[in-house]
Amino acid sequence: MFRSQVLVCGGTGCTSNHSRELIVEFENKIKEYNLDKDVQVVRTGCFGLCAVGPVVIVYPEGAFYCHVQVDDVKEIVEEHLIKGRLVGRLLYKESEITNVTALSDTNFIKKQTRIALKNCGVINPEEIDEYIAYDGYQALIKVLTTMKPQDVIDVIKESGLRGRGGGGFPTGMKWQFAANSINDTKYVCVNADEGDPGAFMDRSILEGDPHSLLEAMIIAGYAIGSHQGYIYIRAEYPIAVKRLGVAIAQAKEYGLLGKNILDCGFDFDVEIRLGAGAFVCGEETALMTSIEGHRGEPRPRPPFPAVKGLFGKPTLLNNVETYANIAQIILNGADWFKNIGTEKSKGTKVFALGGKITNTGLVEIPMGTTLREVVEDIGGGIPNGKKFKAAQTGGPSGGCIPASLIDIPIDYDNLISIGSMMGSGGLIVMDEDTCMVDIAKFFLEFTVDESCGKCTPCRIGNKRLLELLEKITSGNGELKDLDEMEELCHYIKENSLCGLGQTAPNPVLSTMRYFRDEYISHIVDKKCPAGVCRKLVKYVITDKCVGCSLCSRKCPANAISGKLKEKFMIDTTKCIKCGVCYENCKFGAIVKE
Amino acid sequence: MIIKGSTVAFTGTKEQEAELREFLKANREVSGVLMPALQKAQGIYGYLPEEVQKIIAEELDIPLAEVFGTATFYSQFTLNPKGKNEIAVCLGTACYVKGSGEVLAKIEEELGIHAGECTSDGKFSISATRCIGCCGLAPVLTVNGDVYGKVVPEDVKGILEKYQ
Repeated sequence: MFRSQVLVCGGTGCTSNHSRELIVEFENKIKEYNLDKDVQVVRTGCFGLCAVGPVVIVYPEGAFYCHVQVDDVKEIVEEHLIKGRLVGRLLYKESEITNVTALSDTNFIKKQTRIALKNCGVINPEEIDEYIAYDGYQALIKVLTTMKPQDVIDVIKESGLRGRGGGGFPTGMKWQFAANSINDTKYVCVNADEGDPGAFMDRSILEGDPHSLLEAMIIAGYAIGSHQGYIYIRAEYPIAVKRLGVAIAQAKEYGLLGKNILDCGFDFDVEIRLGAGAFVCGEETALMTSIEGHRGEPRPRPPFPAVKGLFGKPTLLNNVETYANIAQIILNGADWFKNIGTEKSKGTKVFALGGKITNTGLVEIPMGTTLREVVEDIGGGIPNGKKFKAAQTGGPSGGCIPASLIDIPIDYDNLISIGSMMGSGGLIVMDEDTCMVDIAKFFLEFTVDESCGKCTPCRIGNKRLLELLEKITSGNGELKDLDEMEELCHYIKENSLCGLGQTAPNPVLSTMRYFRDEYISHIVDKKCPAGVCRKLVKYVITDKCVGCSLCSRKCPANAISGKLKEKFMIDTTKCIKCGVCYENCKFGAIVKE
Repeated sequence: MIIKGSTVAFTGTKEQEAELREFLKANREVSGVLMPALQKAQGIYGYLPEEVQKIIAEELDIPLAEVFGTATFYSQFTLNPKGKNEIAVCLGTACYVKGSGEVLAKIEEELGIHAGECTSDGKFSISATRCIGCCGLAPVLTVNGDVYGKVVPEDVKGILEKYQ
């Protein structure tokens, strides 16, 4: 027995922040003080609060240390582990006034309900025994020993679980369709090709709790009558790929994967396939085409994957977060799950909070939580006293939620009704410094770049749409462009082959709906209210100017002139809007207009 | 998009070729083997020039056009070698709203090349990447895997100097 445990986050965020060196240092110091029989160092998955990483939690106190540097390790070991005194300066500070000790006491955690992320940041993901100690593989045992395949599907149906990867299709129905297809070979696939910019919830589950995915896959295999699973995962997630490999090997060693699982006569095997950086492969038919070894282009549906999917066989495909709920539903029952969430959206949803928000990181909230609670209470609000302007959900397929709708309860249907979507769960917060036209352009650039080119509406339509946006952001827009854009958006949505094209115009439509005035400013006044669109920015020297001439000397276009010790002027006809003067002024005398 | 072949002469060794052929022979029967084959080949050579694509086509008995078509579809595969120092600037949403676009522009200006290109001395190549997942550090760039967070354009010169 260890009297104390030091949990160091080994998620991608903290690893990039040198948490690996922390682990080595902790191990060295603990050995140095002969504590290695009393204190255990554990590398866990993501805790969720990536903004204050690298993070360390010391149990049994649950003391939550942030921004820990290698040099701090000595102090934590000497003070906390030896003398039992917490290192106050490193503890997480929720606000200037309160000093909480334990992670579980923070607003960030208290407002969350963790089902899919249950074990993330709690167990060592590379130790199957730790997963088992936290009820791991209990659901599989229950399924294989006491339930018929149809019983399993009925529980999932009854729970109301909907797909967490985008559209929100009822998971139980999907399982039923795959089970109903008669074929000697069927496949269970996992979509771990999390490609939405700003979304990293699936990665955190894979890194922090890989066995929960494997357990759910085996259960799914049993339910639909499949013996082979494929995990299609982004090659950009090396830590996740490695931990999945470790988990598969351990599960095989324990007889939980492979032939005759748990002596119940059921066979199931899993293979990892790496993606190669194509956003469209997150679309289910494109994903399967990619596993088959081709260009990842989508196929027309029907036939649906449940009838004719991977290698032409019936295939069940869910995303990582969906699977991460399965074992918990089996263990706790459909009624337990149904009690969480709203009428049509059951359970929880994991969101990756990013952008202009204090607590960048990963949160899991019950469906029906308002955006305000997520942004203000859990997310800690907008930094630097700026005002909330909008939140973008659903990545390049979604739309924005303006400040006027901040009290809307988040669930599948509400988000659709306001022109956004749940998507995989990226939630990017924007403040008053963000230009909504520029954001629409950014997402469209992404989809144009990622369009596979197979169907014309998506390939050419989105390109034309982007050109119109570029016209507007460079100051050449006309009011009729807005009508043209709207018409084009609807055409692309209705006529594209797959989900990528069908949703690509959403960011444009939703910003035009809620921030039309910004488009008008760009077109009529030729101004970017947020001062982002470079070609529309006008630099002006104010009365703060002391006449030091620095800007004039730095200006590459010789556009600034004036007399020493008097106010300088910018010749707007010569100005190339490079911003060098603005960056160099030591008196804050140059402003953007 | 115009896809150019590599402008750098192919310098693959016999050992590299033997390693690739051995992998292809052993996995020929695996369904959907082309993707893992391309990943293996890029792991061995660092990029996928025509010479390497030909070996894959020959061993797997599939048309070279299909190998080329698949290799050029995915952004991870490259037909050009990478520079000695690989710079990757994250253009994911979180980084973008925090100004990574300006950081990229500054690097391009400093090195005189665009994203996706390699300097003529082979020292630096730049790529614009999707979200690399450490949004808490936004805007982020990596050089040879070393992560630099909260980067502003003024930091660029200093970072590049470390790798000269």
